[in-house]
Amino acid sequence: MGNRTPLYDEHLALGARMVDFGGWDMPVNYGSQIEEHHAVRKDAGMFDVSHMTVLDLSGERVRDFLRYLLANDVSKLRVPGKALYSCMLREDGGIIDDLIVYFLRDDFFRMVTNAATRDKDLPWITKHAEPFGVEVRERDDLALVAVQGPQARDKAVSCLDAQYREPALALKPFSAVDCGSMFIARTGYTGEDGFEIMLPATEAVGFWRALNAAGVKPAGLGARDTLRLEAAMNLYGSDMDESTHPLESALGWTVAWEPADRDFIGRKALEAHQAEGVRNKLVGLLLEDRGVLRGHQKVFTNAGEGEITSGTFSPTLERSIALARVPVGAEGECEVEIRGKRLKARIITPPFVRNGEIKVQL
Amino acid sequence: MSNIPAELRYAKTHEWVRKEADGTVTVGITDHAQEALGDLVFVEAPEAGRQVAAGEACAVVESVKAASDIYAPVAGEVIAGNEALADAPEVLNSDPYGEGWIMKIRPANAADVDALLDAAGYQKVIDEA
Repeated sequence: MGNRTPLYDEHLALGARMVDFGGWDMPVNYGSQIEEHHAVRKDAGMFDVSHMTVLDLSGERVRDFLRYLLANDVSKLRVPGKALYSCMLREDGGIIDDLIVYFLRDDFFRMVTNAATRDKDLPWITKHAEPFGVEVRERDDLALVAVQGPQARDKAVSCLDAQYREPALALKPFSAVDCGSMFIARTGYTGEDGFEIMLPATEAVGFWRALNAAGVKPAGLGARDTLRLEAAMNLYGSDMDESTHPLESALGWTVAWEPADRDFIGRKALEAHQAEGVRNKLVGLLLEDRGVLRGHQKVFTNAGEGEITSGTFSPTLERSIALARVPVGAEGECEVEIRGKRLKARIITPPFVRNGEIKVQL
Repeated sequence: MSNIPAELRYAKTHEWVRKEADGTVTVGITDHAQEALGDLVFVEAPEAGRQVAAGEACAVVESVKAASDIYAPVAGEVIAGNEALADAPEVLNSDPYGEGWIMKIRPANAADVDALLDAAGYQKVIDEA
């Protein structure tokens, strides 16, 4: 038996098909993954993502610590509640995890990391926090619910206490605010607008039911994967891991090179990669023939061979799409080997879909 | 509960087999299988004329999640693959025992069909899984 979130019984009651995900029993769908996907693109869906790891970081030197730990620079965060996406790197530039960090006070930040990476993240973060006198506290007392879709914010605020509706609706993208016992962030992993809401585990069932009653459709990890792939958001463990670095993972934009004197873990290695020339890049693929692209299929491009890192059928495009790591010079038409046959595909600039709109030429 | 028609035969690998009047059999995947696979988005049915051995992987169905092989329940010659599934793979979910058929086979040995599981036998396979 795996770990269970506070919403486990709700998932069973809603008829979810449960699967193991990084040691957690999680809902993969509640019937139709494709219907759940469309609900998020067109209306509002909700995901239980309580399996993710929430860490509170406190101490006078917490900002200095995070400027050393992360490849992105938390000194960009000046307004309380503001969030930043970053990679956490090894010395050799390999990606340990990707995460979101929220600035709350000068001596207090909150970080959300992946579930499957928890057991390596915690020792790494704790080890590096110690010299800075930063305390790391895991918030396993919190549940995390993502409400996503064009109607997500309106439907979610209808479930809040009246006094919190206005501050929640006023949130700018990538910002968060405390609403009583809830911590509400305008972030997500679907390419749609919405919130990610942290709340005490004891309140999770009541809030989930209220959202459901407000017309927010439960959606499983299956839909979460097709949604994030259409939005071309990387999945840790598939599109990147410790053997790859951000510059070959379409995450160069998350590496803060300036100020040049900021020393962060992995900086020297990334500078060396850049000096000698990065060989690979992560791109989008659109399959032109019939079939379904999947992870590890070989890609043949004008610039040499590459590999699909994650692929699926896109419910919005009704075509198969993928992310693939290919040589930097690759562009245009390519071929993918599926069960011994070479099928026609096209390299595209991600995303495939954003805010309900198709962003690629079909 | 999944639907297991009493008049069909079954393979442990979740294919159903229907004996037709002309001695051929029609093959598809069971209601239990389609439900476990989830939304199906791609089907590669075998081409007519292919000789298949019992248990040979001869078709592929892909859900949003993953690709799964479909095995020939009996040896014989494929006389038709359901080409309509290429345009409408979702009928495998909505009508697994009807429009969602995958292939028709002329069995090499008619007795092989009778040796397959009956509905009760297949129900047991599901219960023990």
